Amino acid sequence: MSRPEDNLPPDLFYNEKEARQYTTSSRIRNIQADMTHRALELLDLQEPSFILDIGCGSGLSGEILSGVEEDEGGPHTWVGMDISSSMLAQALERDVEGDMLLADIGQGVPFRAGSFDAAISISAIQWLCNAETSDVSPEGRLKRFFDGLYASLKRGGKAVCQFYPKNAQQRSLISNAAIKAGFGAGILEDDPETKSVKVYLVLSVGGGDVTGAVSGMENVDVMDARRKERKRGKEFEKKGSKAWIMRKKSQMEAKGKVVKTSSKYTGRRRKTAF
Amino acid sequence: MKLLTLNFLTCARKTCKSNAAAFPLHPKEAELEQVETDMNPLFIKNILPRLDWEAMKTLTTELGLPNLPAETPSDEELATDGEPSQTAKDLHTLLMETSIQSGKLVCGNCEHEYAVKEGIANFLLPSHMV
Repeated sequence: MSRPEDNLPPDLFYNEKEARQYTTSSRIRNIQADMTHRALELLDLQEPSFILDIGCGSGLSGEILSGVEEDEGGPHTWVGMDISSSMLAQALERDVEGDMLLADIGQGVPFRAGSFDAAISISAIQWLCNAETSDVSPEGRLKRFFDGLYASLKRGGKAVCQFYPKNAQQRSLISNAAIKAGFGAGILEDDPETKSVKVYLVLSVGGGDVTGAVSGMENVDVMDARRKERKRGKEFEKKGSKAWIMRKKSQMEAKGKVVKTSSKYTGRRRKTAF
Repeated sequence: MKLLTLNFLTCARKTCKSNAAAFPLHPKEAELEQVETDMNPLFIKNILPRLDWEAMKTLTTELGLPNLPAETPSDEELATDGEPSQTAKDLHTLLMETSIQSGKLVCGNCEHEYAVKEGIANFLLPSHMV
């Protein structure tokens, strides 16, 4: 299947025709709705919240946010960001409730610190991996986006970004960028190893551990890929020990210094004179 | 764009991020619109501590709206006998129902103007300004 990301930048790809098709296609609407419900489930919001919708498009996901029932903690108020003016025009036509901005998420998130309770993004952030001009790079755009997102969420806030990674490399590029910005990050895969796999990046500000987001959910396996804190070799060799001396000697040798040859006597303690 | 959103928006430029003058953005030649929506008292209560009341006050003076009280209303003022009070209703009208339909938003630091059309603000920056 061809990826729209490979053809054109998002503001040009989603022209009037494409935006209308996207919004009216019942297949896409159903998929989008399912993913938004899943994201809301992961966010686990108890009270009416202020939510940022990243890449809101024609407001398909926003509609669901403002339609959450009162007994399920809604309705939420949302602000959307999108780069395609045609998509936003569609949203205006459909008269959605949230506010919208025409903005490039790769240029940052123009909100003051601690604005939002949560953020949601449906099929958007893979577009960040495209750099259309030579003065920007995917890494730079991802960094500005995640730094901005981190700052705009309140402490304890969560973000769920569903995205379509092109390959494993792109997937780790995105999740590493999120981790670098300071998020506690995890990836949830629905229907893994099938064609309709859905990848959700679950992010939390402060608190660190995101595995809590899926606790209490059924049919979810947790795989912890976080690096365990490992003592570096340097730390358990004592200064002056044989291992330490050998390391220093090889270091000096590598520098091109003259080093005495090592023998079985190297690093041995002398016996006391009396 | 709702006045609520305006209370959180800052200038998108990187150089303005660290400058206090980049928030709030100042509306210019703004056309306001009033759209009635259902009230959500719990949301008002949740968002109230996060509002920048000083910015809210400058915004209402700049838009020529009635003046706000000097301090953020407390939680008790929002409800009387379990029903939303007049203060809460006024806040709802101001934050959720009043919106800027068209005009400009000006950064206090770099004086960049963001255009607002049909309630949508354009925050796209040319690459030399990012």
